Amino acid sequence: MAALSIRALSKRYANLEVLKGIDLDIESGEFTVLVGPSGCGKSTLLNIVAGLDHASAGTVEIGGRVVNDVPPKDRDIAMVFQSYALYPSMTVRQNITFGMECRGVAKAEQEKALANVARLLQIEPLLGRKPSQLSGGQRQRVAMGRALVRDPLLFLFDEPLSNLDAKLRVEMRMEIKRLHQRIGATIIYVTHDQIEAMTMATRIAVMHRGVVQQFADPDTVYRYPANLFVARFMGSPPMNTVPARLEADAGGPVVVIGAGRPDEVRLRLRGYDAAAPYVGREVVFGIRPECIAEGERVFSGEAPIIVNAPVEMVEPTGAETIVLLRLGGEPAQARISPDVRPAPGEVAPFALDTRRICLFDPETERLIA
Amino acid sequence: MIRRLPEILTIWVPLLLSAAHLIAFTLWTIWISFTPSTLVPVTGWVGLRNYSSVAASRNWQIAFDNLLLFGSAFVLLSLATGLILAILLDQRIRGENVLRSIFLYPLAVSFVVTGTVWSWLLNPGLGIQKLVHDLGWTSFRFDWLIDRDMAIWTIVIAAIWQSSGFAMALFLAGLRSVDADLIKAAQIDGAGPVRMYRRVILPTLWPITITVIVIQLQFAISTFDLVRALTNGGPGIATQLPALVVYDLMFQRSLLGRGAAAAVLMLLILLAVLLPYAAWRYLQRRRAIHA
Repeated sequence: MAALSIRALSKRYANLEVLKGIDLDIESGEFTVLVGPSGCGKSTLLNIVAGLDHASAGTVEIGGRVVNDVPPKDRDIAMVFQSYALYPSMTVRQNITFGMECRGVAKAEQEKALANVARLLQIEPLLGRKPSQLSGGQRQRVAMGRALVRDPLLFLFDEPLSNLDAKLRVEMRMEIKRLHQRIGATIIYVTHDQIEAMTMATRIAVMHRGVVQQFADPDTVYRYPANLFVARFMGSPPMNTVPARLEADAGGPVVVIGAGRPDEVRLRLRGYDAAAPYVGREVVFGIRPECIAEGERVFSGEAPIIVNAPVEMVEPTGAETIVLLRLGGEPAQARISPDVRPAPGEVAPFALDTRRICLFDPETERLIA
Repeated sequence: MIRRLPEILTIWVPLLLSAAHLIAFTLWTIWISFTPSTLVPVTGWVGLRNYSSVAASRNWQIAFDNLLLFGSAFVLLSLATGLILAILLDQRIRGENVLRSIFLYPLAVSFVVTGTVWSWLLNPGLGIQKLVHDLGWTSFRFDWLIDRDMAIWTIVIAAIWQSSGFAMALFLAGLRSVDADLIKAAQIDGAGPVRMYRRVILPTLWPITITVIVIQLQFAISTFDLVRALTNGGPGIATQLPALVVYDLMFQRSLLGRGAAAAVLMLLILLAVLLPYAAWRYLQRRRAIHA
C-alpha cells in the first residue's frame, strides 16, 4: 500500500515557485530521504505533507486518504525537528505524553506507551528531567520518543541530525537506521547531507530547484545519476564531469578527452550501446573519483587501462589519498591508496575503471548511458 | 591619554558625576533621617525617633496600605491587560502596527497629563458619569474619584491605561520569539489554541513576566505625579502614597528629618523588590553559562 502519494504538487510564494509539480509515491515501510542543497524545496515539501503549510496545487494522500484539508493532528503523522522543538517547560515525560494528553488517551495507556518508548530509546533515567538539562544527543532521542509514542502511519524527520557534532551524528545515524529496521516504520527524512541519504535511505529523492531530479534506491542514484546535478551532488568528492567527444572505430565507441592535445585521453567503452547516437558529438564524461586509482591497482580482474597524467595536488586523508590531476587537460579527482603519495608536478600512471563511466548530454544534462 | 579623551569625557565624567550625586545624596538623606532637622538641616542625633514617628503616623500607615493594594492590583491587572492585548495582536491581524502604536502611545504621555485627563473623565460632574446622565440614564453612578473607599481604584485605572501598553510590547516581543518549530510540534501533537498558549507558549514567557513585574512594581512604589494630578491624595488622605507622604513632610510641613526617614523607608521597599530580582538575574546568568 502506498503510505504517501503526492500528485502534481506545487507551491508558490508570490512570484517564487518553490515546488514545481512534484509526484512521489512512497510505499509502506520505506525509508525515503529527500536530499538537496538548501533552498531546493525539500523542507517546504515536508511541511506540506505535515499540514504545516498549504500547497498551491496538487494533492497529498496519506494512507490512501487525501489530506489536503486535514489539520496536522489528524493526519496520523509524527515529526522530528532540526531544533528538536522540545517543550522547554515540560519534563521529558510530559514532552512525550503531551500528544496523547491532547488526544485524550487514558492515563494507564499513556504510561504503557511511555514505558515502551523509553525502553526502546533507553531514556528511562531522563524522564524526570527538563530539556535544558539534557545533552544534544539526549534531546534528539527524546524528540524521537515523542514521535515514536504516537505510532503513526508516517514519520517525518526534518534535518534531525544537523545540530549534532560529527561523532554523535554518525552514532545517531546508525541508531535511526536500526530503529527503522526494528519497527519497520515509514519514514520521510529531509537532509542536505548526501552521506546521510546514501547510508540510511531505502530510496532517495534528489531535489533541486523545486523539482525531483531522481527518485531511486541509493545504488541506482549513485551508479546511474539521472543528470549532471545528481552526479555532482551525490558522492564526496563528487563525480568528475569533464567535456569530451564520442568517436567510434572498428572496436566500438571511444571517449576522447582533450581531443587534439598531446596528452589527449582515449577510452574505449564496452556495453554502452545507448551512446551510439552520440558518436561524433560532444558529451560530458563522468567518472567517480574511486574509479581512478594508482597505476598498480587492478579493478576486478580486468586488464587495467593506464593513463599517465600530471598531478596537481595531493590531499592525504589517512584512509586514502585524494589526488587532483589533469585528464586530457581537464581537472579530475582520484582516490588512491593511502600509502601512495605522488609528488605534485610529476606525471604519474593512473588505472581507470571504465566499466562505471557515465555519459551525459551536454545540452539536456541527462544521463545517456 | 589624549587619544582616549573623548571616551573619558563622554563616558567616565558623566558616569562619575551621576554616581557621586546618587551616592552622596542617598547618604545625605540617610544622615538627615537620623537628625532632628526641621526647616533646615541641623546636626544632632535622634536615633530612630524620626522612623518611629513616621511609622506610627496615620498618614504613613494609610499610604503603606494603599501602596500594597495599588501595587498588587496595578501590577496584576496591567500584566493581564498587556498579555491579553499581546495575544490578540499576535493573531496576524490587519493593522497590527497601528494598533500597537495606539496601545503603546500612553507611555509617551507624562503622568501629570494622564492624571489630569483621568481626573476630568472620572469627575462625576464633568466626565463619564455626566455623559451617561446626559444620554438619559440618570440613575447611573460612577463617582469613585470622590468615594473614600474606591478612590484608590481610580489611580489603578489611570496607571493601567498608562502602562499596560508597555507590558503588551514586551509580551508581544516574547510571543514573537517563540521557536516556530515548537508551535509546529504542538500543532502536530494536536494542541488547540487554549492548550497551545497555556502549556507551550506562555511558559516560555515567564522571564519576561518577571521583568515586567519588577519594572511595574518599581513604578508603583515611586508613583507621585500621577496621584498628585489625579486625586492629590484625596478625598482627605484616602489615596495617600509613600512618595506623597515624603513630599508632604519635607516641603509642606518642613519636617526634613521625618521626610528623610520616610524617603529611606521607600528606598527599603524598593530594595525589597530589586535585590531578589538582581539575585534571580545573577542565578539565571550563571545557569546559562553552565548549560
